[in-house]
Amino acid sequence: MRSTPVILLLLLHSLLCFSSLSLSHAISAGDGYTINGRVKLRSMGAQGFGLPGKLSNVKVILNGGQRVTFLRPDGYFSFHNVPAGTHLIEVDAIGYFFSPVRVDVSARNPGKVQATLTENRRGLNELVLEPLREEQYYEIREPFSIMSLVKSPMGLMMGFMVVVMFLMPKLMENMDPEEMRRAQEEMRSQGVPSLANMLPGGAARS
Amino acid sequence: MDIRVFLLLLLVLVSSVEHGFSLYEDQVGLMDWHQRYIGKVKHAVFHTQKTGRKRVVVSTEENVVASLDLRHAEIFWRHVLGTNDAVDAVDIALGKYVITLSSEGSILRAWNLPDGQMVWESFLQGSNPSKSLLSVPGSIVQINLKVDKDNVILVFSKGFLHAVSSIDGDVLWDKDFSAESIEVQQIIQPPESYVIYAVGFVGSSQFDVYQINAKSGELLKHKSAAFPDGFYGEVLLVSSDMLVSLDATRSNLVTISFRKEEISFSKTHISYLVGESLGIPVILPSKLSGILAVKFNTLLVFIRVKSEGKLEVVDKIANAAAVSDALSFSEGQQAFALVEHVDGKILLTVKLSHDWNSDFLKESIAMDHQWGLVQKVFINTYIRTDRSHGFRVLIVMEDHSLLLLQQGEIVWSREEGLASIIDVTTSELPVEKKGVSVAKVEQNLFEWLKGHVLKLKGTLMLASPEDIAVIQDMRLKSSEKSKMTRDHNGFRKLLIVLTRAGKLYALHTGDGRVIWSLLLPSLRKSGSCKHPTGLSVYQWQVPHHHAMDENPSVLVAGRCGPHWDAPGVLSFVDTYTGKELNALGLTHSVAQVIPLPFTDSTEQHLHLLIDSDQCAHLYPRTSEAIGIFQREFSNIYWYSVEADNGIIKGHALRSNCIGVVDEYCFNSSDLWSIVFPSESEKIIATATRKLNEVVHTQAKVIADQDVMFKYISKNLLFVATIAPKASGEFGKPTPEESWLVVYLIDTVTGRILHRMTHHGSQGPVHAVLSENWVVYHYFNLRAHRYEMSVIEIYDLSRAENKDVWKLLVGKHNLTSPISLYSRPEVMTKSQSYFFTQSVKALAVTSTAKGITSKQLLIGTIGDQVLALDKRYLDPRRSVNPTQAEKEEGIIPLSDSLPIIPQSYVTHALKVEGLRGIVTLPTKLESTTLVFAHGVDLFLTRIAPSRTYDSLTEDFSYALLLLTIVALIAAIFVTWVLSEKKELQEKWR
Repeated sequence: MRSTPVILLLLLHSLLCFSSLSLSHAISAGDGYTINGRVKLRSMGAQGFGLPGKLSNVKVILNGGQRVTFLRPDGYFSFHNVPAGTHLIEVDAIGYFFSPVRVDVSARNPGKVQATLTENRRGLNELVLEPLREEQYYEIREPFSIMSLVKSPMGLMMGFMVVVMFLMPKLMENMDPEEMRRAQEEMRSQGVPSLANMLPGGAARS
Repeated sequence: MDIRVFLLLLLVLVSSVEHGFSLYEDQVGLMDWHQRYIGKVKHAVFHTQKTGRKRVVVSTEENVVASLDLRHAEIFWRHVLGTNDAVDAVDIALGKYVITLSSEGSILRAWNLPDGQMVWESFLQGSNPSKSLLSVPGSIVQINLKVDKDNVILVFSKGFLHAVSSIDGDVLWDKDFSAESIEVQQIIQPPESYVIYAVGFVGSSQFDVYQINAKSGELLKHKSAAFPDGFYGEVLLVSSDMLVSLDATRSNLVTISFRKEEISFSKTHISYLVGESLGIPVILPSKLSGILAVKFNTLLVFIRVKSEGKLEVVDKIANAAAVSDALSFSEGQQAFALVEHVDGKILLTVKLSHDWNSDFLKESIAMDHQWGLVQKVFINTYIRTDRSHGFRVLIVMEDHSLLLLQQGEIVWSREEGLASIIDVTTSELPVEKKGVSVAKVEQNLFEWLKGHVLKLKGTLMLASPEDIAVIQDMRLKSSEKSKMTRDHNGFRKLLIVLTRAGKLYALHTGDGRVIWSLLLPSLRKSGSCKHPTGLSVYQWQVPHHHAMDENPSVLVAGRCGPHWDAPGVLSFVDTYTGKELNALGLTHSVAQVIPLPFTDSTEQHLHLLIDSDQCAHLYPRTSEAIGIFQREFSNIYWYSVEADNGIIKGHALRSNCIGVVDEYCFNSSDLWSIVFPSESEKIIATATRKLNEVVHTQAKVIADQDVMFKYISKNLLFVATIAPKASGEFGKPTPEESWLVVYLIDTVTGRILHRMTHHGSQGPVHAVLSENWVVYHYFNLRAHRYEMSVIEIYDLSRAENKDVWKLLVGKHNLTSPISLYSRPEVMTKSQSYFFTQSVKALAVTSTAKGITSKQLLIGTIGDQVLALDKRYLDPRRSVNPTQAEKEEGIIPLSDSLPIIPQSYVTHALKVEGLRGIVTLPTKLESTTLVFAHGVDLFLTRIAPSRTYDSLTEDFSYALLLLTIVALIAAIFVTWVLSEKKELQEKWR
């Protein structure tokens, strides 16, 4: 069971090598070469191979829009009649982030295509392009939790209220009854309690 | 002042948040709208089998291949091909593949009809591209030829005839005509025959026919005949054995019978045929089987071809009209559609090819005249319930819109003109009048509360799927955003867009609906104006103070031809009613339009039109305008860029025009010029500040309580030049022979403020200039990656103003007038970063007062719009910022700019064929509207530093209410409790 994908992959690789070599040889008689490659979308394995709606909207772009091509059902693409030199291939697939690929098409040994991912400078043996990561365009809503409610400004306000309501009487109870009475007397004599009286210094002066 | 400080404080607080733009999935469509278009249809093929959905496959001038629902006009699928991959032909093969030929006949692709997945692609090799293309505009494709059991596609392009299998795209055989010196005009395969006829001209007076075996491609026979009079233009296949062409003098019609043993010609003089001389004849390419349509200026003449090449006029039509191809339906009958304009209505006639006099179908359809004339007609048949044949017709109008006519009415229409927007401006909506209460109370309190409880449930993730649907519906329906009056926040505006077809649309920013549209009469083809093109739109009259009763209006500038020196046209359009107020055909050309920052007493903006001779013309042409203008005469400067010659020139006004008696015309003189050496530098991009940009403060407080002064000038110009060797094909130049040089130039004095060279870099360059900085995107050949650089420019002449003591003593120069002639000392800082993707457009957010921090809007190669905080492009970023710098908000330096998926303004949508991004400030300082246009349109509202000055849409009023109620309840409960306790105390 485990060995099958490996074999399949190998087979694909060898197929790809073969095709790229042979095709390039065949067409290099003209003034250009052919770049063959393949785009693999990773999640296709999970959701079953061939999600046509998604695959059909993938574009492969050569040199910043000079040429645009599309994927065949098996994920392969090709650019024909490309002059020798260094080129840049970008993959435009909504929901995926692809690194652009630097592709060197050499005139000296035709058919040899050298590819490097420009994002991480990783060389590619075959032109098989895979997304670096999937892209999530939306924020994910946090599921409902008591904490989020408590942390909200309203929650904090309520919390403060609770603290004042239930803890303050406790504090009052802990106060010395005599001190309490003195304070009440003071309040009565002064009428309106002022801030100065509450301060220890002010109390001492009076 | 306090409010400002408070706002700034808030800003600092808010800017610590990572990205200003992000969206929950259920907020899609709340602040944004997206419209999908395809462009002006070139070809249409119907697919109306008895079973399954009825569709029409179209290709357009925007290089779009799409499949549309014939019932509702919605797009099933759509592909936008590359910019130089124009579609030449479209057809359907095997009943399941859409075949397209593109790139001048070199790429053949097959698409799966139901879902648009590409099935195969083949590259057709051509040898001699230039020669055959010159004579055959639009290559010839013939599809659906039965050869054995395999469907074969025949393609003629670039001198080759290819036979391609429609199953897998393999080339079965090809035949090279490029060696035969023949210009192939037509490829004909009569039905039920294995012989393909390739007919064409050798030189101008010899006609050749090649017969080719359709199975193998081998040449069966070659016939040739000389026609001493010569041919003009193309040949048209009238019947299966008859061709028609014009002779070299264009006064005779020549019929060619090519399938007999000998090729025979028959010549008929046109004036003899028609009766009078009508002008130059043009054979229309419609295939009408037995009939040909010839156009003389405005007259359309139908001529029947009888046996032995005899011709006979069957009808003359004086109205503007268009004809479809013939369509064969039951029992080999053929019909075609003729669409005419008859006094405001359009008349659709379906005629049978063999019987001209009887009209199979005649329908008159009233039509909104804003669509213009009919340009193309495509016909399709269907079987009615009573088993008779009915016809439906797809028509393409002058303004690019697409309409389906059936049973005497317009079934649907698509405003495809909006796929090719040239310029955008805005107009405010009318103010809500007193007494007319538009904001009526629609819901009672209970419903209002219910809605908010639902919303609360939504935010707390307690809502069931049905509830979510209700919430979504409620949000989208909120009539607030699509009202026709001005709102407090300035979110509701009119977008005035000019399209390539010369049509002006007003779109509502709330929901994107078309308020009015106007096919500008001055931009339509007329006798004096042969090829009119629209150039740009400007705000002409923006009433706000003393001209409140006037409606705002816009100015549309256009030109009567493709060249710079063609005479211009101006049109003034009321933005509330959509009526043209005035139109001017100009005697001079329009090379540049400069909106001046002055208005007259009716709030009309003064505009200066520069013609190709560098003369300036003032509009509006009133004496009041002249008076205002004379006062500012010596303060008006402008520049011109001649990219081909590599020259930038500065101009100033000199005097009234000499020779012409026109007090609104002024001569100009060149103040300065910068000539770039043509062997080493070539101008590829320029950028300047947006005229309406507002800068809040010149000072920038940096980490250690220090102040820097931004160099802020409206006359700053960014110019990028590259090595001429590197301007050609991508991938060709080596890093050693390519460089990019950027300049910052003052356009009044011509002083180069800054010059910088990027070695080993090449274009394309996209740049945006705002406040005191410029950001540009280019390609680094050495790293083989794209890069973005920023240059910030600071004014040093004000640097000593930092000293508080000097300010107190009065020794500062803050009040000294700023003159560009004083040559202030400047300092620049710059930094470069890698950026992963290619860029199609670059813009920057703009807000009402310029307080909110800026975001760059990057139109990526994937047709998305990415918002990137300007703080990522700050030249003061360093690897290890100090604590003070961190507090200021400086991000540690990284070699590449981050692409955060949540900061895509377009979220999971694409603006296919993205061409431009326009930002529009709203009255609410934190918010800006972003309008991206291409083949699609997209508008959203973003807040680069979050909405710090208003509550967000999903603010939960219910939660607030709930809290208040709970607090009041708590107060009462505690009050009662304390009363009780007090009573108990007293009893004790």
